[in-house]
Amino acid sequence: MSDLKVKKPSKIEEMKAMSKKDRNRAIGDLLMNNAMFIIIGIAVIFIWIQEPKFLSMASIVNIVNLTMAKLPIALGVGGCIILAGTDISAGRQVGLAAAIAAGLQLTTNKLFPGLQVMPIPVAIAAVLVVGCIIGFVNGFCMARFKLHPFIVTLSTQLIVYGCLLMFMQLGTNSGQTLSGMSEAYREFVTGTLFKVGKTAVPNYVLYSAIIAVVVWTIWNKTTFGKNMYAVGSNEEAANVSGVNVEKTIIMVFMMAGMLYALTGFFDAARIASVNATTGLNYEADAIAACVIGGISFVGGIGKVSGAIIGVLLLQVIFVGLNFLSVDPNLLYIVKGLIILVACSIDMRKYLVRK
Amino acid sequence: MEMNNETVLLRMEGITKEFPGVKALDGVNLTVKAGTVHALMGENGAGKSTLMKCLFGVYQKNAGRIFLEGKEVNFKNSKEALENGVAMVHQELNQALKRNVMDNMWLGRFPMTGPFTSEKKMYDATMEVFEELGVKVNPKTIMSTMPVSQRQMVEIAKAVSYKSKVIVFDEPTSSLTEEEVEHLFKIINMLRDRGCGIIYISHKMAEIKRISDEITIMRDGKWIATEKSADLSMNDIIRLMVGRELTNQFPPKTNVPGDVYLKVENLSGMYNHLRDVSFEARRGEVLGIAGLDSSGRTETLESIFGIRTRKSGKIFLDGKPCRNRNSGESIKNGFAMLTEERRATGIFGVRSIRDNTVISSLHRHKKYGPLLSEKSQREDTQRYIDAMRTKTPSQETQIRSLSGGNQQKVIIGRWLLTEPEVLLLDEPTRGIDVGAKYEIYQLILNLANEGKTVIMVSSEMPELLGVCDRILVMSGGRLAGEVDAKNTTQEEIMTLAAKFA
Repeated sequence: MSDLKVKKPSKIEEMKAMSKKDRNRAIGDLLMNNAMFIIIGIAVIFIWIQEPKFLSMASIVNIVNLTMAKLPIALGVGGCIILAGTDISAGRQVGLAAAIAAGLQLTTNKLFPGLQVMPIPVAIAAVLVVGCIIGFVNGFCMARFKLHPFIVTLSTQLIVYGCLLMFMQLGTNSGQTLSGMSEAYREFVTGTLFKVGKTAVPNYVLYSAIIAVVVWTIWNKTTFGKNMYAVGSNEEAANVSGVNVEKTIIMVFMMAGMLYALTGFFDAARIASVNATTGLNYEADAIAACVIGGISFVGGIGKVSGAIIGVLLLQVIFVGLNFLSVDPNLLYIVKGLIILVACSIDMRKYLVRK
Repeated sequence: MEMNNETVLLRMEGITKEFPGVKALDGVNLTVKAGTVHALMGENGAGKSTLMKCLFGVYQKNAGRIFLEGKEVNFKNSKEALENGVAMVHQELNQALKRNVMDNMWLGRFPMTGPFTSEKKMYDATMEVFEELGVKVNPKTIMSTMPVSQRQMVEIAKAVSYKSKVIVFDEPTSSLTEEEVEHLFKIINMLRDRGCGIIYISHKMAEIKRISDEITIMRDGKWIATEKSADLSMNDIIRLMVGRELTNQFPPKTNVPGDVYLKVENLSGMYNHLRDVSFEARRGEVLGIAGLDSSGRTETLESIFGIRTRKSGKIFLDGKPCRNRNSGESIKNGFAMLTEERRATGIFGVRSIRDNTVISSLHRHKKYGPLLSEKSQREDTQRYIDAMRTKTPSQETQIRSLSGGNQQKVIIGRWLLTEPEVLLLDEPTRGIDVGAKYEIYQLILNLANEGKTVIMVSSEMPELLGVCDRILVMSGGRLAGEVDAKNTTQEEIMTLAAKFA
């Protein structure tokens, strides 16, 4: 009993000690558990050989920019998945936030005729408030009525979409694409932060990086973050341990709502036009990114760094397939397969072997 | 088949079942004759259910043989057992509650007309069995709308419809009224007269004496005795069930109970059978709660801790009322609660030892506004890994990879970090090996020595007698009595535990 510190042998030592059959199984497990990274690695090398420009500096910077644009929504969805839930209303929330941000920043405003271009902080506050409200509704229905996250967010997805369509009908706009945002807004989001070679890195990359740091701090350094992981990994035990489960669930979804709102705020300026399809299917990309990055549907597991890696790898694939001039319709099939394969691989790790 | 009392229907011989570190069954024998009711008795954890699970193939036995009418059998699952005439009426009925009675009866073998299931054949066949048994239930009733007693009848009818020769009843009367029990006994007697062999598992002495022809008693996974029911008195049965010697598996008791600290008055549950429980516990006292499964022990602790809804009841700490509306409030009031089902309500399996340790005391680590200090979390965790002698490779290890005893130590550490004054421990040594048990007993006594109030629920009577000062005995959701741990016997406790059962 004196030797309390049980030394854990390294992976290699462990493998050396095994019989041949066990070793083969261990190597098989290792390959299976990292299969997603292996597949993506092979894909990258394949694309690179076909089209060397794929890994040029300009292309890499482009991939990083895209990654940072999609990171906030992935972090929002990531929190929901850590709660052993999901959020399929995320994309439509991005769309609504983009429309609201644009609506407050149009130079000739058909939505609110006569409205001046609002200061940028007002636009940010507006989208954050809307994101908070939608997130609260999502979280409240789950926490209080014990509804499945899929059902709740499916419903809010429809409701938010309806709101978006009605918003686009305001004033004399009658559903047309919103474009012609103020220069200050576009500069604030897409202005050049610095240049790598000839390729610009826009401001939103910095904002997104700051958001990632804030989310990391919340997840890892606050009571709320610890409670989120606890509720996700065992809701009953969390309840016994003095965690306010309802409050935690509601706060996770409110935080997610705010992150979607910021994604929308960036996207309106980044794409420079907003219509009813803005944000469509963004949640699919975000969920895929989270799963690739090890944020598990089992609940209670996942890191900010995982979400970043997931979004990055996904963008690498998309940009790469673009370089190969692959039929864009095929991209949907690829995304679907990635989610399926990544989830299957992830689930293997947590199955109780019988 | 001969209608002879001496025809052996089922013979289980030398059944042994080992789980990692525990021998759950050790060479158990059971012989059931045709046309008899055979009672299977033993304390909680004596191995009755394990033995039945080996019969039905839920567990694979490590050794031993099973003969059905002289032919060796080895069922792979309960469906195969059922098809061979061995049925079980479960304590917790396993039924598709949203479907109707006949769907449940014929599930897995629906009568067909061509490629379609035949509602009519199903209805007629159901009615036939019901008439035979005198059951008055419409086969088209949805299961969930019927009382438990009727659902049980459906389960029995299903067993009969399979032409079962051996039928196991697992605590069949636990949720029946007296009238319903009479009807059940009538049916059991009828099945016996038809030459079935009935295995009857129950804790209720009076019932056993009334219905059974033979009794087999188990203790600690071993076969103890098989006797004619008429030859055993109730006291004989209790003595055989509990008759183990207390060895010095407990640390010496040095705690001295002081003033009354916790007072509970008229505690009743809103959604359970807990009724009117009142008691006091002192500083420096270890108060035990004994009772059978579902006697209300767990409900008492969980109601005090605020994770079960109370219908009535007051809680006083040092004479001052406290509300304990939820676990957060209870923790602030100085309560800690170790739950019975460690995996379901205790551990955060995929999280680290550290996260599992600090979750209930995060406020201690707020160093910079809302931000938590990593360093102080690590220190607290290490302190309790050392103090509890938890065996773990590191603080970052996922708790699910530790053994049950070490998981329990981590969770106890979690609660000690909340600096509690009252510890509610529900089966603190369940699923833990002997060495770790001793350490937990020592810890409980140390806490009492420090003046804490410890309330401990346990199914293991020697443990209660060895560690506690006083023992409350619960039965059927009520307090059946209180005994002094030094001057009582297991027999006295068992008798009290059966009082309202």
